[in-house]
Amino acid sequence: MTGFHRGGILAPFVLLGWIYALILAHSPNVAGQAGPVFWAFVSALWLAAAVALNGLSNLRLKTPGARRFLGLCIPILFGAFLFFLWEVIVVGAGVPSVLMPAPSAIGSRFAASLPVLLEDFLQTFVKSVLSGYMIGCLSGFLVAIVADRIPFLRRGLLPLGNFVAALPVIGIAPIMVMWFGFDWPSKAAVVVVMTFFPMLVNTVAGLAAAGRLERDLMRSYAAGYWTTLFKLRLPVALPFIFNALKINSTLALIGAIVAEFFGTPIVGMGFRISIEVARMSLDMVWAEIALAAIAGSLFYGLVALVERGATFWHPSYRT
Amino acid sequence: MTTEAVSLPTRPVARKASRLRGGNAGPVLVVVLAIVAIWYAAAILMNWRGTIDAFSRAGEQRSATEILFATMEQERPILPAPHQVLTELKKTTLDMPVTSRRSLPFHAWVTLSSTLLGFGLGTLLGSVLAVLIVHVKTLERSLMPWIISSQTIPILAIAPIIIVVLGSIGITGLFPKAIISAYLCFFPITISMVKGLTSPDPMQRDLMRTYSASLAQSFWKLRLPASMPYLFTGLKVAIAISLVGAIVGELPTGAQAGLGARLLAGSYYGQTIQIWAALFGAAILASVLVAAIGLLERLLNKTMGARSP
Amino acid sequence: MQLKAETVLERVTEGDVMGGSKAPSGLAAARPESDPATPAPVVDIKDLSLTYEAADGPVYALSNVNLQIAEGEFVSFIGPSGCGKTTLLRVIADLEQPNGGHIHVNGVSPSEARVRRDYGFIFQAPALYPWRTIQKNVELPLEIFGISKGERRERSRRQLELVNLKGFEKKFPWQLSGGMQQRASIARALSFDPRLLLMDEPFGALDEIVRDHLNEQLLKLWDKTRKTVLFVTHSIPEAVFLSSMIVVMSPRPGRIIDIIDASHLGRERKLEIRETPEFLKIAHRVREGLRAGHSYDD
Repeated sequence: MTGFHRGGILAPFVLLGWIYALILAHSPNVAGQAGPVFWAFVSALWLAAAVALNGLSNLRLKTPGARRFLGLCIPILFGAFLFFLWEVIVVGAGVPSVLMPAPSAIGSRFAASLPVLLEDFLQTFVKSVLSGYMIGCLSGFLVAIVADRIPFLRRGLLPLGNFVAALPVIGIAPIMVMWFGFDWPSKAAVVVVMTFFPMLVNTVAGLAAAGRLERDLMRSYAAGYWTTLFKLRLPVALPFIFNALKINSTLALIGAIVAEFFGTPIVGMGFRISIEVARMSLDMVWAEIALAAIAGSLFYGLVALVERGATFWHPSYRT
Repeated sequence: MTTEAVSLPTRPVARKASRLRGGNAGPVLVVVLAIVAIWYAAAILMNWRGTIDAFSRAGEQRSATEILFATMEQERPILPAPHQVLTELKKTTLDMPVTSRRSLPFHAWVTLSSTLLGFGLGTLLGSVLAVLIVHVKTLERSLMPWIISSQTIPILAIAPIIIVVLGSIGITGLFPKAIISAYLCFFPITISMVKGLTSPDPMQRDLMRTYSASLAQSFWKLRLPASMPYLFTGLKVAIAISLVGAIVGELPTGAQAGLGARLLAGSYYGQTIQIWAALFGAAILASVLVAAIGLLERLLNKTMGARSP
Repeated sequence: MQLKAETVLERVTEGDVMGGSKAPSGLAAARPESDPATPAPVVDIKDLSLTYEAADGPVYALSNVNLQIAEGEFVSFIGPSGCGKTTLLRVIADLEQPNGGHIHVNGVSPSEARVRRDYGFIFQAPALYPWRTIQKNVELPLEIFGISKGERRERSRRQLELVNLKGFEKKFPWQLSGGMQQRASIARALSFDPRLLLMDEPFGALDEIVRDHLNEQLLKLWDKTRKTVLFVTHSIPEAVFLSSMIVVMSPRPGRIIDIIDASHLGRERKLEIRETPEFLKIAHRVREGLRAGHSYDD
């Protein structure tokens, strides 16, 4: 271990320093009126943290398990450090909460308004996002299969699909609200339209991805269209399909939240964000955003997990 | 070792298909015509009831043919017919001075300017971050996972906060919307640039090592040129998402100017034709922007001697 | 059973073959001793030609090819890139359509033979499906043909044993070496017991040591199963070592310029045979044929 790598040893001290700074920032005689000494201390901590992170990332570990653990630790430490800075600066400098609430304030608000958050989650995520996501992805997939069977349709649909994928589809939200009313079906409809095209384009691309040798092999067995589809082309298309599922998991949440900006019953994540912004209670807005972030990441993570199981054979996952 | 199976053209039948694939105009035209036809049929069906109601309110008795034609001429239809949207587009673009607040180009310009400003800022920020990440290992290991996982978060939900927070400290107008666009579009740029800058294979990098080229030299002579195709893929995503950001950024301020404001105002007052016209305006703007990036890519490819895909 | 080398060399005279317009009539007819009844050849090709329309004019991939292959032969096709050897194999497999001439595989057209599942095709790459285990890969054609599960298990077990892959049934292809993967693909082709094996440079991507080993195994397999093998290669030693008959081809236009009988080397061959004068004599003739094709002049 060279001296360059020794910075990692600083990590525990940096952690202790953070805790001390947090306590200090929240103490009544510092909060909102922190002096230069406090900021000098925070700057020193910032420097120490940078050295520690640098040391950790240059560390060479022997076992793969330890390496994976370190690979997880570094970004977590980095994220924790950003949150720490956010907290200390907001509390220490006394930033008004209408501008930027501290993470601790957002956290306590989150904990205090769990029932409201749950209601919004059910309305936006479970009702709008999940139903729209499933309908959109399924119909995109089925249309892709039909388009694959009819080459003329594929050649006509694919350029259009690629074209639509670049358009601000979110703009159809007001129309859907007019057609399907204020409640969740209109949001689900927006999600259906937003998720349809990525799935269509990706599935068509995936179905075309089977290699020439593999196709010739199926031909040499005199295998029919459906046999080739199920035994060869769908498995090859799986990584593409999962790619669309992952893209769509994020798109669906964005679509549902933004669609709620255009009119909604008095529940839902997008509704809550727009109403609380108007009332300047930013901690609640941030709590909703935290909820959206957690829901989005978990949704994405779940799809990614299923993908790993289903496409374990793909070069990107082989061990 | 290549074999003739690879170097020879594919079977005659497949070749014919590939030649036709070059000209997709026919199938696309047919599908577009089919969509227009379905649109008309849907417009008639969806507006039928409203038209009958309107006539009966006026106390008029009309024949089915008259109702049929009237469904496509409603002032606030549930689904406007395509020609109504085109008429509205023409009315708000050609028949009106650009300075008028009812002119579509006026609103499109408002949205476009914040889109472009945000795109510029986002591209700058994204590329700088990518260069840093590629060269500083600590950043690669600590920042990169956050950038990737932030893709899974519905960032657009933050848009209202940015508008309000910046508004409360006195920054209004173009800049807050541009911030949202920049915020949205720096992710794809960073991701694709990192991919591109690390794309040279070990042999190409070893070549630079044998010349004992400096870090800057191998950046300018190898990494940057190699990253260009990746960068343009990211740019195309970024410009589209930047426009979305600008449109959504216009929503919380309550319909002042811009395509998003036109959408919102249309939805407040039930002006469906206006909504559709704004939607078409946004679509045209998006395709022009993406096409412009594509043109830039082709120009750059030509000067760099690369084969255009 | 076997002819003396000189007899065969005399039989395939230069005038017969060099023009390419009038190729030899095929060894099934040339060796009546092997079966007095002269059964119908497994592959019967007359005046076969195939032309592509490329951007800069037509490409004559195959021109006036005449060839007959008898049951149980091991036939190698050798020639430089572009000589049409792979194309010829693909025409026999009904993976390409010829423009002219006649071709019969097992007495029927190639497409009928394909639908009847008369042949197993082995490609340059193993083309194993990465989402299936080795065993499931070998069972793939059996699944498609609708063979029962118990039978599939039994056959895949037997074939994997035959290619020395016992114990690797549950592995995935990407966990195996290139040579093992190609052996698995041979087991897959053998699993449904086709009469004909079509092999398109199956060992081209492997290193020479592995290739030697697989060549020996392939010969044993051929001897054991008595199948007809059509083998495309660009290696002279490989072609001579494996074959009972060598077809030398030349490009622009793709045509047959020589057909050499090598059956007198016997069915059971050791690698050492490559140093014997008989072997070197045949190898020399192959090389002469390739040179005569002017394939590397332009």
